[in-house]
Amino acid sequence: MITIFGKPLLLLYGQLTLGLINGAFYALLSLGLAVIFGLLNIINFAHGALFMLGGFVAWALLEYLDIGYWPALVLAPLIVGVFGVVMEKTLINRLYKLDHLYGLLLTFGCALIIEGLARNEFGSSGVPYPIPDELRGPLDLGFMMLPAYRAWVVVAAAGVCLATWLVIEKTRIGSTLRAATENAPLVQAFGVNVPRLITLTYGAGVALAAFAGVLAAPIYSVNPNMGANFIITVFAVVVIGGMGSILGSIVTGFGLGILEGLTKVYYPQASATVVFMVMVIVLLARPAGLFGKA
Amino acid sequence: MPMSRRALLATAAATALPVRPARAEKPTLKIGVLTDLSGPYKDLAGPGAVDAARMAVEESGLAAKGINIEVLSANHQNKADVGASVAREWYDRDGVDIILEVANSGVALAVAGVTKEKNKVYINSGAATSDLTGAQCNANTIHWVYDTYMLAHSTGAAMVKTGGDSWFLIVADYAFGHALQRDSTDFVQKAGGTVLGAVRYPFPSTTDFSSFLVQGQASGAKVLGLASAGTDVINLIKQAHEFGIKMRIAGLLIFLTDVHSLGLEVSQGLTLTESFYWDLNADTRRFADKFARRQPGRRPTMVHAGVYSSGLHYLKTVGDMGLAQARADGAATVARMKATPTSDDCFGPGSIRADGRKLCPAYLFEVKKPSESKGPWDYYKLLATTPADEAFRPLSASACPLVKA
Repeated sequence: MITIFGKPLLLLYGQLTLGLINGAFYALLSLGLAVIFGLLNIINFAHGALFMLGGFVAWALLEYLDIGYWPALVLAPLIVGVFGVVMEKTLINRLYKLDHLYGLLLTFGCALIIEGLARNEFGSSGVPYPIPDELRGPLDLGFMMLPAYRAWVVVAAAGVCLATWLVIEKTRIGSTLRAATENAPLVQAFGVNVPRLITLTYGAGVALAAFAGVLAAPIYSVNPNMGANFIITVFAVVVIGGMGSILGSIVTGFGLGILEGLTKVYYPQASATVVFMVMVIVLLARPAGLFGKA
Repeated sequence: MPMSRRALLATAAATALPVRPARAEKPTLKIGVLTDLSGPYKDLAGPGAVDAARMAVEESGLAAKGINIEVLSANHQNKADVGASVAREWYDRDGVDIILEVANSGVALAVAGVTKEKNKVYINSGAATSDLTGAQCNANTIHWVYDTYMLAHSTGAAMVKTGGDSWFLIVADYAFGHALQRDSTDFVQKAGGTVLGAVRYPFPSTTDFSSFLVQGQASGAKVLGLASAGTDVINLIKQAHEFGIKMRIAGLLIFLTDVHSLGLEVSQGLTLTESFYWDLNADTRRFADKFARRQPGRRPTMVHAGVYSSGLHYLKTVGDMGLAQARADGAATVARMKATPTSDDCFGPGSIRADGRKLCPAYLFEVKKPSESKGPWDYYKLLATTPADEAFRPLSASACPLVKA
């Protein structure tokens, strides 16, 4: 049997694949954060809570309206996106002229409130959400049995990441958005409604979080803390990738997922810290992040 | 003349001034329920535990004897420093006489220390560590319900006996996980089995366990032991199901609320140990019905049962000793409790050992298939019972200073 540093190659293949799946979640979540930070200059600490909300909305749709996984994949991000729009309109838009810190405090407070309410309503151990029938059962990859659902997560996340990147970098809407971040008054002078653009961008970033929440629902227990567990790592991903860099957050998301997967084989105790060690090194060498513009 | 707003406010304030009625203070006993009201253990203890304490107060009959009983509650947030300072405030400032529950081993050890220092009473129901009646035991603390030794002993030995002789352990990387790993490794080896490997995952920041599950499967072991608790166990079991892990799963600490959250489709066939199940007999069902009247749509866990049962025994002892004496000396009250046999709907007849260990049988359960369950909360099948005198660490092996001398 071929081994690398004492671990069988087949086991490593398996771990790399699993790392890629976690990376898909990191990429999706950090992408939303990067979009929001890049265009609104808001450090959205409520991202984890909104991710959790996505999972709970999917669960509620199934439980009360009998609406299954596939429609929920579209509906839940829409519903949570609308919630995000309301949040932006009523709270966040008052802070654009202030320091970053205020946005961070506000969204952090929102996260605590949303998570606290969910905990009161649903308890702390969470609610079950089944894997959709079409994606049950394993795929035989030769080196491991991969649940079909996990393969779908990678495909769906990669697809959505790519689409978002294309929209922002290659379309007219995207160029307007980027222009609005560079110089809002000028873009407004051209007749673009910048405040509405910003509101919709926040809604879209939030919808990305909710989409990730629905993807996560069948894998993790849908519980009020599910977002809090992710959010810190995801912030590290965003910082490593370069605050506000779309491509950076996608690439680092997947990359760090894989690195974490490998750590789980060689020294599992460190698997929660490895991302932060990378962060320290990157910040020392390139303070603007891997893909950030200094 | 219309009243100005200022005048109106002044009048309102004057009326609201407290007028203390001239009456004799009724003698008051204060019970503090210190628990997790917002974190991972909220469902298995939390508000249900506070209600369980209130049930014990109502049924104690002490109110009829003219004793006023107050139940206080606080959230320890799973932080030992928070728990210890609440305990201090309660004892020093609020005149609390006894603390119940405290689900979290770290907090429990801290509260036990404060309780000894203040010579009050602490009865633990939710925390697992067997150190509470081992090296860190004291004369003011009693450990009700269960502990790590009893869990590892019951589940570990039963698995090996039924053919599960090779194990792989997934361990939460902190004191509680380490204790369970040590105890279960011990029992598996004593029963003639082997532990092929173990992996320690970072606590509490891990949500994806697939990597560890795949490593477990690759080890070739027959049994996957989970030395872990709460939402981690839920995620572990859910993901083991998703990956089609063929090993037998031994959950070393699983609560009824965990199974409820997982659903039977995923959790069926799990083997686990508890010292209370609501559908065990007519007595436990009666308690569960009373509990459900306060917590609609829910059934009590063994922690809820423990708070009720321990509260009842304490209040009975207070009734026997007299309020003034019981309040004056916590250690004497605990000594009296140890000398008195226990009896209640939840655990039946029982006793408390010199090291503070409350003895009760350990039940080995299997989680039912969805087809066998009659509805929500009908989850367990009884496989075996370890009698009370064999379920816990024998006094001869105890490191407790109270019994070593």
